[in-house]
Amino acid sequence: MKRSHIVILVAIAIAIGALIMLSVDFSTYDTVASARQKQGKYVHLIARLDKSIPMDYDPAKNPNYLAFSAKDSLGNVTKVVYHNTKPAELEQSERIVLKGKMQGDVFECSDILLKCPSKYKDDKKALEKTVGEKM
Amino acid sequence: MQFEGEHLWIGQLGHIFILIAFTASLLASIAYFIASRKNDAEEKLSWIKYARVSFYVQSIAVATVFGCIFYICSHHYLEYLYAYKHTSKELEFKYLLACIWEDQSGSFLLWTIWHCVLGILLIKKTKEWEAPVMTVVSFAQVFLALMIMGVYIFGTKIGNSPFVLTRNEINGPIFGRTDYLSLIKDGVGLNVLLRNYWMVIHPPILFLGFASTIVPFAFAYAGIQSKRFGDWVKPALPYALFSGAVLGVGIMMGGKWAYESLSFGGYWAWDPVENASLVPWLIMIAGLHTMVIFKATGHSLKASYLFAILSFVFVLYSTFLTRTGILGDTSVHAFTEAGRAMNILILSFLTVFTIPSLVLFIINFKNIPVIPKEETTSSREFWMFIGSLVFFLSALFIIAKTSLPVINSVFGTKLAPPEDVEFSYNKVMVLVAIIIGLLSAITQYLKYKSTPFNTTLKKLAIPTLIAAVITALLAVFYPFTYYKQGPGFLGALYVALFASIYSVVANAGYIWTGLHGKLKSAGGSIAHLGFTLMIAGMLVSAGNKEVISTEKFKDFEIPMGIDPLTKQQDVAAENINLIRQVSKKMGPYDVTYLNDSAGHETGKRFYHLLFQRKDPATKKISESFVLSPDVYLMKNNNMSSNPDTKNYLSHDVFTYISYALNPDREKDTTTFKIHEVAEGDTILYSKGFMVLDSVTKNPATNKFHIPLTGPAVTANITISGEENMQYKAAPMILIDSLGINQIDDTVYAQNLYIKFAGITADQKKLKIAVKESDKMIDFVTLKAYIFPYINLVWIGLVVMAIGLIMSMISRAKISSKTGAAILVFVSVALFYMFMLAN
Repeated sequence: MKRSHIVILVAIAIAIGALIMLSVDFSTYDTVASARQKQGKYVHLIARLDKSIPMDYDPAKNPNYLAFSAKDSLGNVTKVVYHNTKPAELEQSERIVLKGKMQGDVFECSDILLKCPSKYKDDKKALEKTVGEKM
Repeated sequence: MQFEGEHLWIGQLGHIFILIAFTASLLASIAYFIASRKNDAEEKLSWIKYARVSFYVQSIAVATVFGCIFYICSHHYLEYLYAYKHTSKELEFKYLLACIWEDQSGSFLLWTIWHCVLGILLIKKTKEWEAPVMTVVSFAQVFLALMIMGVYIFGTKIGNSPFVLTRNEINGPIFGRTDYLSLIKDGVGLNVLLRNYWMVIHPPILFLGFASTIVPFAFAYAGIQSKRFGDWVKPALPYALFSGAVLGVGIMMGGKWAYESLSFGGYWAWDPVENASLVPWLIMIAGLHTMVIFKATGHSLKASYLFAILSFVFVLYSTFLTRTGILGDTSVHAFTEAGRAMNILILSFLTVFTIPSLVLFIINFKNIPVIPKEETTSSREFWMFIGSLVFFLSALFIIAKTSLPVINSVFGTKLAPPEDVEFSYNKVMVLVAIIIGLLSAITQYLKYKSTPFNTTLKKLAIPTLIAAVITALLAVFYPFTYYKQGPGFLGALYVALFASIYSVVANAGYIWTGLHGKLKSAGGSIAHLGFTLMIAGMLVSAGNKEVISTEKFKDFEIPMGIDPLTKQQDVAAENINLIRQVSKKMGPYDVTYLNDSAGHETGKRFYHLLFQRKDPATKKISESFVLSPDVYLMKNNNMSSNPDTKNYLSHDVFTYISYALNPDREKDTTTFKIHEVAEGDTILYSKGFMVLDSVTKNPATNKFHIPLTGPAVTANITISGEENMQYKAAPMILIDSLGINQIDDTVYAQNLYIKFAGITADQKKLKIAVKESDKMIDFVTLKAYIFPYINLVWIGLVVMAIGLIMSMISRAKISSKTGAAILVFVSVALFYMFMLAN
C-alpha cells in the first residue's frame, strides 16, 4: 500500500470520527409543548418574555435567582428559572432563546440569548424611536 | 423642498467616487485579464499600463470615499445616516475611527482599502505575475465597490451606500420640516460595548488579515492561468507568511478585547464569528506548510493549490455567515440582517470566486505536476504534510459545526448547538493540539527526503526528557483543576500540555543544535515555539481558571450536574453581592466595595473594589489593590458592563459587575437628626450607639482624599453596631474660597449618614447630624475570576507573529537592514499592544 493511501485512510477515519462526535452532540429547537414532552432533556426554547406575569428578581436577596414567564409563538407559557444575574435588556428583548431543561413545570435555564432591536442599532424602528426621543 | 443646514455636496462627492472606484476596478480587472492572455510582450505591457492606471485611479477613489466619510463623521453632519447612527458629540476623538468600522459598509470599505494597499505593493513587486494576480485583486475590488454602491438597478438596490441621508432612511414627523436639522441635537453614538481601544485597532488588523488571503489565492490562479504550475509558490510564500502573521494577530486581538472588556469571562468562546475568522487562518497555515514542502522537495503542490484557494474562499464564506444574519440564534455577536438584496450580493461574491476557482483547479488537476516517488516516513516533508492535513481537517470540523444554521436552512432541519458548546469543540481540538504539538516538536529535527534514525533520536532525547520533567513537575505541584469533563479529558489535557511544552523546548533547542544559532533562518522554529507556547498558556489558564465569586446558599439547591471527579454538586451561583464598605471573602482575597464614581461619559459609573490578601501567619496585609470595573447605566435600566483586571506576571484577577442598581432609582426621604455633643458624648441610633472620640483641627490627611485648601475640622466618631461590630466615621468641615463645605461620612454597613453640621452658639459643643435610612443599602453584584498564566497566551502569540514575520523577511529576500527595522517595529508594537497597553 502506498503511503498516500495510508494518509487518506487516516484522514477519512478522523473525519468520520469527528462527524460521529458531531452527530451525538446536537440539541434541538423546541416549543414549550415539545420541551414538556422531553422532560430533563437539554433543548433550546425559543420564546419571548411574558410581561403579564411579574418577573421575580431581587439581587439584594439573591443575585443568582431570576424567575420569569416565557411565552412561545404558539401561546404556551412556562415558568423559567435562571440561576444567574438578570441579563441587561431582558425586558427590551423581542425574542429570547432559552437553553436548558424542562423539570416538571419549570424550565431550568442555563443560558439566555437575547435578540434585541437596539443591540447593533441597524434596526430602523429603533432609530425612529430615538429620533422621536431626541426632539 | 429645500432643507436648511444640510451639507449635501460631500455626500454627492463621496457617491461619485464610489462609482469611479467601481468603474475603474472593473476596467482594471478587464485590462489585467486581457494582458494576462497576451503573449506579445509589447502588447501585454500596454494593457498592463492601462490596467495600472485604472487600479491607481480606483485606489485614489477609495481613499477619497474614506476621506468623505471621515469628514462627515468628524463634523457630525447628522443629515447623513452614517454620522447620525454612529457618532455622538460626547464621544472621544479616538473613537471616531471605531465609529467608521462599526458600520457594515465601513468594514467593507476597510477591506477594500487594504486591497488597494496590497494591490499597489503587488504591482511594484510581482513582475511577470502582475497581470493574472492583479486580475483577481481588481475583480474582488469590483465586488467590494458594489457592496457600498447603493444604486438601484431594475428596482433592486445594489449594496448599501454610506452616504444615504437620515431623512430618506428614517420615517419621522420632523423630517417634514425644512429646519429638521436644528431639532436633531446629537447622533446615537457608538455602541457602548464597542467603546474600547481595541475597537479602534482590532478591525483594521483583522481586515488586513482577511484582505491578505487573496494574494496566495491570486497566485494560485496565476499558476493555473499561465500553465507554469509550480512557479507561483516561491513569490506567493512571503505573502502567505504575512497573512498568517496578520490574521493570527487580528484574531487574538479580538480575543484580548473580549477578555478585557466584554463579560464573556474569557478570550475564546467558539462563537461562530470567532470560528469564521479562525478557519481561514488554519487553512492558510496548512497552505504555507505545503508551499514550503513544495519549494524544498517538489511534493504537495496540489495541496498547496487547494489550501491557497480555500483560505480565501473561507474568508468569503465567513463574510457570508457573519453578515447575512444566517447565524441568527447561535451567535452572541448577533449581526443584524442587512436586507435580502445585500444577502444575495454577498452570496454572489462568494460563488463567483468559489466555483470558478475550484472548477479551474479540478480541470487542471491532472496537469499539476507530481513527483512519482512517495515521501519516506522518515522524511520531514511527510510529517509536515500530515501536520498540514490535521490543521485542514480541524478547520473543516470547526466550519462544519459553525455552519449548523446553514445546514438547517438548506435541509429544513431544526438542529441546535449542544449543551456545552465549548466542550464540544475542545474535546476534538485537544487532540489536534496533541498531534500538532508532537509534530512541530519532532519534524524540525527530521531532514528532507530521508533522515538517519540514530542521530535524530539522540538530538531529540534531551528535549523529550526536559519536556517530560517539566510536565511531571507541573502535574505534581500545579495540577489542573478542570475536573468538570471527567478523567478522560483531564488526561488528554495533560498529554496536550506535554506535547506543547515538548514543542516549545524542542524548537528552542533546534535553534541552537539544528541551526547553530543562525537566527536569520530560525523564523519557523520561533513561530512554532510561539504557537505551542500559546497553546500551553491556553491549557494552563483554562485548566486552572478559578471563579472566586461563588456563594453557596442555604435556602435552595441548584439543580446542576454532579462533578464527575469530586462527586460534589457543581456550583452554579457565580455571582456575589457586595454591600458597600462590608468586606467579603472571595478566594484568597477580602474584597470591599469602596464607592462608585461617575465616568466622563453620561451614564458611565466606576465601582471601586478593594482587594486585600492577608498573610495567614502574620495577619498583615500582603497584597492590596483596587479594581474599578465600570458599567454604563442606560435608559430603561439597561446596563453594559466592562471588566477590570489586575495583571500579574503569573496570573490575572478579573472582575466585572454583573448587576448594578441605578443610583437614583429610589429617592431617599428620611431626614437628618441633629445631636449636640461634646467630646466623649454618646449618640444613640436604632442599631447601636456612637461616641464622639475627638476633634482634629487641620488634619494632615483625610479619608476622602480631598486636598485641604483652607482650615478644616474633622469629628472622629466610633460607632458600635450590632454583634459588637465597630466602625469609624470622620465627617469634616472645610472652609475655603467657596465657603463652608460639609463633607459627610457614611457607614453603609449600618445604613448611616453622618454630617458635621457645625458648632453650637456657645462654641462648646458640636452639632452632629445623623440620618438612618433603610433604602440606603448600596451594593453591587459581581463576578470574579483568577486566570493563571494567561500572559503565556499573549507572549506566545507575539512570538509566533515575530517568527512568521522573520520567515517572511528571509523568504522575500528583504535586505537585512530593512528586515531588522521591520522586526523591531513589529516586536515593539505587538509587545506594547498585548502586554502593556490596557
